[in-house]
Amino acid sequence: MPVSRPGPSDSGTRASEVDGYGAPRRLWRGLAQHRPPGVDAVERSWRSPLRGPWLTAVYGSVLLVALPLVIITGLLDYAAYGPQFDQAFPTNVGWLRLPAFDWPTRPSWLFRVTQGLHVTLGIVLVPVVLGKLWSVLPKLFDWPPARSLAQVLERLTLLLLVGGILFQIATGLLNIQYSYVFGFDFYTAHYFGAWIFTGAFVAHVIIKFPRLVTALRSRPLGAELRTPREATRPEPPDPDGLVAAEPGPATVSRRGAVGLVGGGALLLAVLTVGQSLDGPLRRTALLLPRGRQPGTGPNGFPVNRTVAAAGVRPEQTDASWRLTLRGGGRTVTLDRPALLAMAQHTAALPISCVEGWSTRQTWTGVRLRDLAALAGVADPASARVSSLEQAGLFRTAVLAANQVLDPDSLLALRVNGVDLAPDHGYPARVIVPALPGVHCTKWVAEIDFRGRADG
Amino acid sequence: MAERDRPTEGRAGRLRAGYGAAPWHLLLVTAVIVLAGWVALRLAQEATFGRMLLWFVGAVIAHDLVLFPVYASADRALRAVARDRVTLLNYLRVPALGTALLFLVYSPGILRWGETTHEAATGLTQRPYLVRWVVLSAALFLLSGLAYLLRRRQASRQRSESA
Ligand code: HEM
Repeated sequence: MPVSRPGPSDSGTRASEVDGYGAPRRLWRGLAQHRPPGVDAVERSWRSPLRGPWLTAVYGSVLLVALPLVIITGLLDYAAYGPQFDQAFPTNVGWLRLPAFDWPTRPSWLFRVTQGLHVTLGIVLVPVVLGKLWSVLPKLFDWPPARSLAQVLERLTLLLLVGGILFQIATGLLNIQYSYVFGFDFYTAHYFGAWIFTGAFVAHVIIKFPRLVTALRSRPLGAELRTPREATRPEPPDPDGLVAAEPGPATVSRRGAVGLVGGGALLLAVLTVGQSLDGPLRRTALLLPRGRQPGTGPNGFPVNRTVAAAGVRPEQTDASWRLTLRGGGRTVTLDRPALLAMAQHTAALPISCVEGWSTRQTWTGVRLRDLAALAGVADPASARVSSLEQAGLFRTAVLAANQVLDPDSLLALRVNGVDLAPDHGYPARVIVPALPGVHCTKWVAEIDFRGRADG
Repeated sequence: MAERDRPTEGRAGRLRAGYGAAPWHLLLVTAVIVLAGWVALRLAQEATFGRMLLWFVGAVIAHDLVLFPVYASADRALRAVARDRVTLLNYLRVPALGTALLFLVYSPGILRWGETTHEAATGLTQRPYLVRWVVLSAALFLLSGLAYLLRRRQASRQRSESA
């Protein structure tokens, strides 16, 4: 019977350094001695000489730096929806959210950057996550599966960690490609999944951080990156058992393994960033929906939800269309010529989608604050904008005071010097700096301004 | 190891020895499990909770027991083909991994999962992605093949120079 390796002894489990078994020792030792058939064969089948604490720590450090950015930008996305108006999904999250604050309108590219970072980083990290999992996979088949209660609980949190990241990646990737094959609500799943993952991630980092530092120090990065394949040797046996018991010869250097993961990340980056860029570079997002332009000309930029899908009919948007403004008991109706006769303002603003893509266009229309004044609410607390759409999650959206009052917040009538196309919201749409695209309501029918006094 | 090395003095020491780690470890992992349990209880009221759970656990199983064995076996097959020509092996591995990675990340578009939702959102069909993926993959193999030939030429020139 092969002698089992010394028990794991990371900082959290130092007490068991003696022989690695917690109480009741007879149980854990008995488990270790009853090796099911096949365990030894599996253990011998791990041959890669690259697996070891150093490589795991390198991949781990990248994730340690990048994942907090993904987590924070994800939570900011929730905040950008305006949870104070019950319009962030899921609506009922208890204390599991960032402290409440008004989503700013400046800088106007704020949401473009935060959500672009969230989605782009999420995609680019896929090879790093896969590399990290590859480097620790033998642990999954370890026998005994645990030597103490501490290990049982820690492995449970690892299930949450691995399940969490894979779940977030899978749901996110499906969402940005518009395939809702999972059959549950994306928001609910991705939001709560994020908290499960974040909890497990924080604990994992706290438990493993000392290990990570030791492992990184064990082999200087520069020297390691200069070592060719022929000179690549396995790391010395480690207490965690990452290093193979019977390693084979190296077919790739450690530099190669790091380069492979880095190269994969670079490939994905090159094929993804295009969806956040304007101009010819947009086309580089070859495999994503938003690398493509639906047409040419001033209205040829990406559409989110077509007029056909929204169910808005041509007779609703012809000359009979009227905009209704409400506020403080007053109702004002305007047709499109009347709106065009008002003071027009032009602003170059990005439209940034929650799905990570964005594009900057030049919008012309009436300032929302002018419309508020016209409705008799010079100091609005909020405004509820409703669309001609009959159904859909984003038929209406509430704007906060700062979003109504920003000088660049518009009810846009024209884009890039021409009338809005039907798919972009003709006769009129909202555009507000730094506001998620889904809240820049299209085919606007009504705006209801609430004054501060209305509460 | 001598008995005195065992940090069993005091209540904390006994906890350490029995539990298998320091008290803060117990606190930390318990907090994580309680958080996850609280979230699960909240979600349990959703009609689709079963599906979410299935996808969460399924993602781990799909990675550990499907994806990993598949790519490990594919690599084994490649190694059998290349035998001891390690350079050739790596010039095959890199484009193969690139192709697989692109498929993994962009498969919803490539396989046209969600034609109607994609078209409703963007006004475009999912038709181009498959061809683009095939072309990109072919380009990866082509580039790698060219790099391999170049490298062999260089190596043989060096050999003839030093001969
Ligand atoms: C560690 C991994 C991740 C974490 C912790 C995370 C977290 C979050 C959170 C908290 C939100 C806000 C959800 C809401 O508003 O209800 C969010 C939104 C989003 N995430 Fe992630 N995410 C992760 C990975 C990814 C990946 C890999 C992608 C895709 C490539 C992605 C795509 C998205 C999208 C598209 C949204 C916007 C959804 C919407 O508001 O419509 N996420 N993420």
